[in-house]
Amino acid sequence: MSAIVSVQNLRKAYAGGFEALKSVTLDIQEGEILALLGPNGAGKTTLISTICGITVPTSGTVTVGGHDTQTAFRAARSLIGLVPQEINLEPFETVMNSVRFSRGLFGKPRNDAYVEDVLKQLSLHDKKDNKIMTLSGGMKRRVLIAKALSHEPRVLFLDEPTAGVDVELRKDMWEVVAKLKASGVTIILTTHYIEEAEAIADRVAVINKGEILLVQDKADLMAQMGQKQLRIELTEAADTVPAALAGYDLERAHDGLSLTYSYDSTGERTGITTLLNDLQKAGLQMKDIQTQQSSLEDIFVGLVKETA
Amino acid sequence: MNFGAIWTIYIFEMRRFFRTITQSLVSPVLSTSLYFVVFGAAIGSRIDEVEGVSYGAFIVPGLIMLSVMTQATSNASFGIYFPKFIGTIYELLSAPINFLEVVAGYVGAAATKALFIGVVILITAFFFVDIKIAHPLAMMVFLVLTCVSFALLGFIIGIWADNFEKLQLIPLLVITPLVFLGGSFYSITMLPPVWQTITLFNPVVYLISGFRWSFFGEADVAIGVSLFAIALFTGVCLAIIWWIFRTGWRIRQ
Repeated sequence: MSAIVSVQNLRKAYAGGFEALKSVTLDIQEGEILALLGPNGAGKTTLISTICGITVPTSGTVTVGGHDTQTAFRAARSLIGLVPQEINLEPFETVMNSVRFSRGLFGKPRNDAYVEDVLKQLSLHDKKDNKIMTLSGGMKRRVLIAKALSHEPRVLFLDEPTAGVDVELRKDMWEVVAKLKASGVTIILTTHYIEEAEAIADRVAVINKGEILLVQDKADLMAQMGQKQLRIELTEAADTVPAALAGYDLERAHDGLSLTYSYDSTGERTGITTLLNDLQKAGLQMKDIQTQQSSLEDIFVGLVKETA
Repeated sequence: MNFGAIWTIYIFEMRRFFRTITQSLVSPVLSTSLYFVVFGAAIGSRIDEVEGVSYGAFIVPGLIMLSVMTQATSNASFGIYFPKFIGTIYELLSAPINFLEVVAGYVGAAATKALFIGVVILITAFFFVDIKIAHPLAMMVFLVLTCVSFALLGFIIGIWADNFEKLQLIPLLVITPLVFLGGSFYSITMLPPVWQTITLFNPVVYLISGFRWSFFGEADVAIGVSLFAIALFTGVCLAIIWWIFRTGWRIRQ
């Protein structure tokens, strides 16, 4: 796999001095789904807008399909479809005309069969002659996706596609994304919903305050999440971890009143039974036992807190 | 050049024109007819001929110019302001098109609409007054140039405006007074000498004078000067648009 979108040292500072992006470097592989996670104001939309040409970078470069977005903007932009966060649509136009317009802007010849196909995929076909102002919010969001797909892009940016969308429609949207991926489209989506990243992404990037904090395969992240902790509270403080328990790599709390054991909950042998036996043999009195599982949310909150 | 994109914008804008045909076409025609009735018939019957032409016929070029200038300006300014207002401008900015192609689409459509209205008013005028066009080709050249140059001005206004009030400001406070004072309804030779000199600073005088020359073969200022004035005006608008294109002013952050 090669990078279809390559962002190098991208910086964006606004006239007031606010630095929305601080030297962002990110490679997006062809055919993957990358979820860009971050709190409000983290720079997600600025990053997307800069890649798509809506905002001009202060410094740094972006290439799409090997074409520089500044010097070869036509070639670069013709590969990109953008679904913005806000529902920005001409209210008085029909769905069909609006989607045709988007296709035309990319210089593509009129192809109603293709456009109708896109509308069918998005369950919009029966609304094709309706004026956009008569559609529900969820339908309008689908129109935005149809417009972005109208010119057969190879890279699709979805800026918070499921913000304010009900659970049912969100699941539909995920299905659409999965179908697009199957057809070879590279997808970058921003979201605050961690479950969304968990459900559909191949890789997850976390951004905060204009900096990329982490880019990792979702599978690796999930493996980290598979880690569980067993916390054993003791009736009496232990000054040290008894030598007999050294093999368990226990973590002793500062006050000595609890010990934490990390294990892989997906493993065949977790080692819990032997640990509990050995604890008893070592003469430690247990007061309580708890288990904890770290989620993507914990990782995310931890990362974002560190930069706060 | 992405001709497909220019054509797409052009057609999209023209469709808006036909969708709102009453507002787009009927209202300027109606208001111009009212001018004919009031100025041409009611008041005009008490006014002698101006420069050898009946007053009703004399005001026809000025009336057409009044409509064409205001329509070209307001159509172009609204055309580009509306996507900014509702946010659909993101599509224009992220498409593989450059700013000049966007200008060509919007200005082309606005100029076409204004030309259409101008021609319809001219046809309407034939029902009210007896007019002959001395130089039809020159008349069309002046008309088209005016449509295009004022559509360019309108486009600049639409980019500059960040609210609806500003959108109306220039057409109402600048263009309408200049057109009224630019000899739409009178010959500037009818003014006292001081005012004649002052009037020569009004660029619209040259447009109306040249346009009137194409109808009656008579002009307040030399035809060459008129042509130069409209070319200069178009050139200034193009230069401003080029500057907007270079800097991304009010469009691309």
